Amino acid sequence: MSPNEITPHEQAEAEPIADPGLPAHQWRPTDLDEKAAKRAERQVAAFFITSIVFAILFVVAYFTLEIGEDWDVFMGFGASTAALGVTLGMALLLIGVGIIQWARKLMGDHEISEQRHPAVSSPEDREDVLASLELGIAESGISRRPLVRNSLLGAVAALGLPAVVLLRDLGPLPKDVVDPERGKGLEHTLWKKGERIVRDVIGTPILASELQVGDLVNCQPEILLATDERGNHILHGVDVQVGKSKASLILLRMEPDDITHGRGRENWTVDGIVAYSKICTHVGCPISLNERTTHHLLCPCHQSTFDLADSGRVVFGPAARALPQLPIAVDGEGYLVAQSDFTEPVGPSYWERDSK
Amino acid sequence: MLLIGLLMTGGLYTAFSPATAQETKTDAELIQQGRELFLVGCSSCHGKNGEGVSTQREGQIKGPSLVGVGAAAVDFQVDTGRMPMARPEQQAPRKEVLYNDEEIAAMAAFVASLGPGPAIPSPEDYSIDDLSEEERVAAVARGSQIFLTNCTACHNFNGQGGAMPEGGYAPSLKGVESKHIYQAMLTGPQSMDNFSNGNLSPEQKRDVIAYLRAIEDQPEYGGFTLGGLGPVSEGLFGWLIGIGGLVGFAVWIAAHTTRSTKDKVEA
Amino acid sequence: MSVDTTKVAKSNATAAATPAKPSKLGGAANWADERLGIGSMMKKNIRKVFPDHWSFMLGEIALWSFVTLLLTGVFLTLWFVPSMNEVAYQGSYEQLRGVYMSEAMVSTMDISFDIRGGLLMRQMHHWAAMIFIASMMVHLMRVYLTGAFRKPREINWVIGMLLLLLGTLEGFTGYSLPDDLLSGTGVRAADGFMKAAPVVGTYMSFFLFGGEFPGESIIPRLYIIHVLLIPALLLGLIAAHMLLLVYHKHTQWPGPGRTEQNVVGFPMLPVYAAKAGGFFFIVFGVTALMGGLMTINPLWKYGPYDPSKVTAGSQPDWYMGWPDGALRIIPGWESAFWGVTLSWNILLPILILPILLWVIVMMLPFIEAWITGDKREHHLLERPRNAPTRTALLVALMTFYGLMWAAGGNDLIAIKFDMSINAITYFMRGAVFVGPVIAFIITRRWCISLQRHDNERLLHGWETGVVSRSADGGFSELHLPYTQEKQYALTARDRDEEKTYTSESDVDENGVPAPDTRKNRLRAKLSKFWYGPAVQKPTAADFHEAHHHGDHAEVGAGEGSKELH
Repeated sequence: MSPNEITPHEQAEAEPIADPGLPAHQWRPTDLDEKAAKRAERQVAAFFITSIVFAILFVVAYFTLEIGEDWDVFMGFGASTAALGVTLGMALLLIGVGIIQWARKLMGDHEISEQRHPAVSSPEDREDVLASLELGIAESGISRRPLVRNSLLGAVAALGLPAVVLLRDLGPLPKDVVDPERGKGLEHTLWKKGERIVRDVIGTPILASELQVGDLVNCQPEILLATDERGNHILHGVDVQVGKSKASLILLRMEPDDITHGRGRENWTVDGIVAYSKICTHVGCPISLNERTTHHLLCPCHQSTFDLADSGRVVFGPAARALPQLPIAVDGEGYLVAQSDFTEPVGPSYWERDSK
Repeated sequence: MLLIGLLMTGGLYTAFSPATAQETKTDAELIQQGRELFLVGCSSCHGKNGEGVSTQREGQIKGPSLVGVGAAAVDFQVDTGRMPMARPEQQAPRKEVLYNDEEIAAMAAFVASLGPGPAIPSPEDYSIDDLSEEERVAAVARGSQIFLTNCTACHNFNGQGGAMPEGGYAPSLKGVESKHIYQAMLTGPQSMDNFSNGNLSPEQKRDVIAYLRAIEDQPEYGGFTLGGLGPVSEGLFGWLIGIGGLVGFAVWIAAHTTRSTKDKVEA
Repeated sequence: MSVDTTKVAKSNATAAATPAKPSKLGGAANWADERLGIGSMMKKNIRKVFPDHWSFMLGEIALWSFVTLLLTGVFLTLWFVPSMNEVAYQGSYEQLRGVYMSEAMVSTMDISFDIRGGLLMRQMHHWAAMIFIASMMVHLMRVYLTGAFRKPREINWVIGMLLLLLGTLEGFTGYSLPDDLLSGTGVRAADGFMKAAPVVGTYMSFFLFGGEFPGESIIPRLYIIHVLLIPALLLGLIAAHMLLLVYHKHTQWPGPGRTEQNVVGFPMLPVYAAKAGGFFFIVFGVTALMGGLMTINPLWKYGPYDPSKVTAGSQPDWYMGWPDGALRIIPGWESAFWGVTLSWNILLPILILPILLWVIVMMLPFIEAWITGDKREHHLLERPRNAPTRTALLVALMTFYGLMWAAGGNDLIAIKFDMSINAITYFMRGAVFVGPVIAFIITRRWCISLQRHDNERLLHGWETGVVSRSADGGFSELHLPYTQEKQYALTARDRDEEKTYTSESDVDENGVPAPDTRKNRLRAKLSKFWYGPAVQKPTAADFHEAHHHGDHAEVGAGEGSKELH
C-alpha cells in the first residue's frame, strides 16, 4: 500500500501535517529468532497443558468433595463450590491466555488494510429497486383498488382483537375477586370484628397485660396460622400469601401519654398498645424498623418513616399516606382482637383508590 | 467537692432505702457497692437515684430513668461497654468494657433494687448446648423464621446491621455473645424494641440465638461474602472485579508485543 | 492488498499460506460450497480486517458473558422448577428444614446444596448477568465518547439500546425467579409500581399475577419470559448488531495510514478469531472464578419469600439501583381527585424517568446530527476531548445516573460512612439537579484545556526538561518536536464547523421566510453552543508561524532540529 493513497481534498492547505502513511512493519523477536519462537511455542503449549491438568482436577474435586448436609469445608468456605470454580475458571482462563499468547507471539501480525465502501447503494441500483417496487405495486393494483387495500387492512387490524382478547383470562378483574368475608379484594383484609391478633410465625394469641412498654410484636390474624383439629393449616399456599400481603400487622406498646389520638381513633388502642398495617403505603414493602424511643417506623426499601404515636403520619420519605391503623380491643380472656377490618385499603396507592 | 456530694447522697440513700431492707446481708453489701459505683460512673446522666436526667430542652433526656429496667439491662449495657457513654446521644456504640464482672454485678444489683425488672438471664435460658441434635435442628428452623420476621428488618438477613433514621443504626450481631443477644431482646437497649417474655417467650428467644449461632458456624458455601450486605456490595464487586478484571485483560490482548529493531533476513 | 505470508513466523507459515495441493480442508470447503454457495461470502470475510484496540473489546465482554449466561442458564433449567406450589423444605440445609416455601425456592435450594456444581453455576449465572449489563453500559459509553455512533451506525446504536433494555428486563425477571425474600420483595415493589399506573394499573397487576398479589402464576410467567421470550429477542438483536458491525466494518482511531476510506488492523483469520475466541475463554474463566469464590445472592440466608418479612438492605441488583434511588429521594407527592389517586411518588421515578432517560440516550445520535447538520459518514473515531460538548453531555448523564445510584444505596452509605440517612436523602434531592450541570461545565472546560494542551504540544513540541540560560540571563527550556506520525495522529480530526442555518435556508427563492425559521434559529443556537468554545487544531499557517517566531523556544514541526532561540 502506498503511504498516501488518499489525497486530502480541499482542506489540503489547512491540514498542517501530511499523512505519513502506515509505518513500516516491525518484526517481533519471535519472527526473527527461531529460538524465541520455540520458547513462545512451548509457553503456549504449557498454558494448554496446565489447562488440561485443571480440567482433571475439576473432575477430581467433583467426585471427592462432599456437599449436601455435611459440606467439606476449606478455610471456612464450601470446598466444593470454591474448588470447582477455581479449577473450571483456571482451565478456561488458561486456554484463553494460551490462545491470546499464540496470537500475540506466533501468528502473523501484519496489519492489513481494507477499503471501505459507503453504506449507500449505487444510484443505478437504487433506481432499479425503486422501479421494480413501483412496477410491483402497480401490478398488484393496490393503489388503483382502494377497496381491496382498505378492507385487507381492516381485516388484519381486526385480527388484533382475538390476540388481545385471548389474554383476557390472564387474571380476574380487580372487582371479580372482592369478598369481604374472606378478606379478598384490594379494599379488604382478613381482619374482622373479634379476629384474634396472633404472633407471626408462632401463632399464639397475645395477652394485652403481658406486653411491656417498648414491646413490638409482628402479628397476623389468627385464621392465617390456625390449624384444624388434626393439626393441618386451614389456609394454604396462595391464600396465606395473599392474606399476609395485606393483613400483616405491627403492635407496639408505648406510654399511653405519648399517643396523639387521631380524630375518632380515641378508642382504637388498648392501654397504650397501638396496631398498624405492616405494609408500607409507598410500594408495599413490609416495615418493622421501629425506633422505640421516637416511635418512628422506617421502611427498609425506600426509607419512608411513619410516626406510630401519631396515627402513622409520614414524617419522612417518599410515602404519601399515613400507615393504616387497626382499631383493637381485648376479648373476654384478655387477648388482643381487632375491632373491625382496616378502615382504608392497606398498601400502595392505586388509581381507583378513593383517598379523599 | 463532687466526691463529698456523691458520698453524702449515697449515705442519705442508704438511710432512706426501705427496698433493700429485706435483702440478705451480702446482697445489701452488693447493692451498696453498686450504688457507690453508680454514683461515680452513672449518676451524672441517670440521676443519683437512677431517676433519669432531663436536659433544658423540652422532651430531650440526657439519661433515661433506670427504675424498672432490671439487672439484665445493666449487665447488657455495661458488659458490652456501651455504658458508660462518652457523651449522651441516641446511639451507644459497643466499646471496651470499663468494669470487671464483680463491679457489673454490683451495679446490676443496685439498679434492680430501684424497681422490679428483668433479671440477668441464666445460661439455661440462652444456651443451646444442652439441646439434643434433633432439638437443636428444630430450634434453628423455628429460630430462622422468628429471626426473619422480627429481626432482619433492622439487623439484616446476615445479622450485619442496617441504617435507622437520623443517623442511627442497628448494630451487627456478628460475634455477639448469646447472653447479650438474649439480654438485648429482653430489655430493648437504646432505640431497639423490647421482646419481653410476653412478646417472645424465652424458648423463642433461645431459638433465635440457635439460628444466629447456626449461620455463624456454617461455612460460606459460595465463597467470600463481600460484606454480606446484599445486592449493593455485589454490584460493586461485579464492577470492580468483573468489569475491572476483564477490561484489564482486554488491554493486555490489544497491547503491542515487544518489537525488534532488526529486519528479517531472508533465508 | 496482500500480505507477504512468507515473512510470518516459521512456526505457522507453512500451514496457513500454502493451500496448493487439494487438502482435506479444500474437500470439505468444496462440499459445503456446492450446497450453500458460501464461497463468495467467505471470500470477503475470512480475511476481514478488524482494528485492534482495548476499547473495541468492551462489547465483546457483553457478547461472551451472554454466551456464558446461555450455557449456565441451560444447566440451571435442568433442575429449576418454576412453580409456586407450596411445599415444606426437606433438603440438606437444616436451618430452613420444615419451612414452607414454593417449589421454585425448594428447587433453587436443591441446586445450591444437593447438585454438585449447582451453586457454582447459579453464582456464575448471576455474576455473568451483572457483567453482561455492566459491559453493555461501558460499551455504550465508549461508543458515545468516541463518536462511533455517527452515520452510518445510528441503527446499530438503537439496536444496542434495545439490547440494554431487554438485558435489564432479563436481569429483573431472573432476579425474581428463585422466590427468596429478596426477589419476592422486588416483585412486590414491581406490583406497587404497576398499581400506580393511571387507569390501567390494578388491571395490569391482576393480569400479570393472575389475581391478587402474589397469586400463584407470576413465577411460571416470568420463567417463560426469562428463558424463552427475552433470550430469543436478545439473540436476534445481537445477530443484527453483529451483522451491521461486519457490514459497516469497525471504526478505527485516526493515525498514519488510517483514513475514513480504509480500515487497518488484523485479519479475521487468524489473529482476530484467535483474540476473540481467546477472550471468550477468558470471560468464561473469570466468571467461573467469581462464581466459585464470591458469594452472590445467598438465598439460604434470605429464606423463602413471605409478604410479612423484609430485610435491611433490600436492594435490587445494581442495574435497577438508579430508579430505586429516584424512588427513595422523591418527596411524597400524591394527588387525590374525583375519587381516584395519582401517585406521583411512584409514577415519576419509576414509570416516567427511566423510560425518559432511555429515550434521551437512544436519541443522542439523532439529536447531535440534527444540531451539527453533519450528514457525512464517519469511520474515524474522535477523542473525547475533541468533542467537548458531547463528552460533557455524557458525563452529565453519568453524574445523574451515579447520584441516583448512590441514592439507591443511601442506607448502606449511611452505615458505612456514619451519616444520617435523612441528610443523604435531602442532599441527593438537590444534587441530582445541580450535580450534572456542574459536571457538564467542568468536563467541557477540561476537554477544552486538553485540546489547548494538544495544540501546545503540536506547535511547541515536548518539554525535554533541559533548561538553558541565554546570554542575557533568561531561562528557557528545550522543546523538541514529536515524530510526524504522532503529529499527524494529533491533527487527524475535523475542523468544527459552526452552522448558522440562516440566509439560504431561511428564505426560499421568492424571498419568503421558510416556515421553520424558528426551528432553524434554535438549531443555529444549539450549533453555536455545541461547537462554541472548542479549540480547533492549528493550521499550516500556525505551524509556519510557530516555527519561524524567533522570540520563543520553539521548534518547527517535523524537522527534528535542535536549535534553541
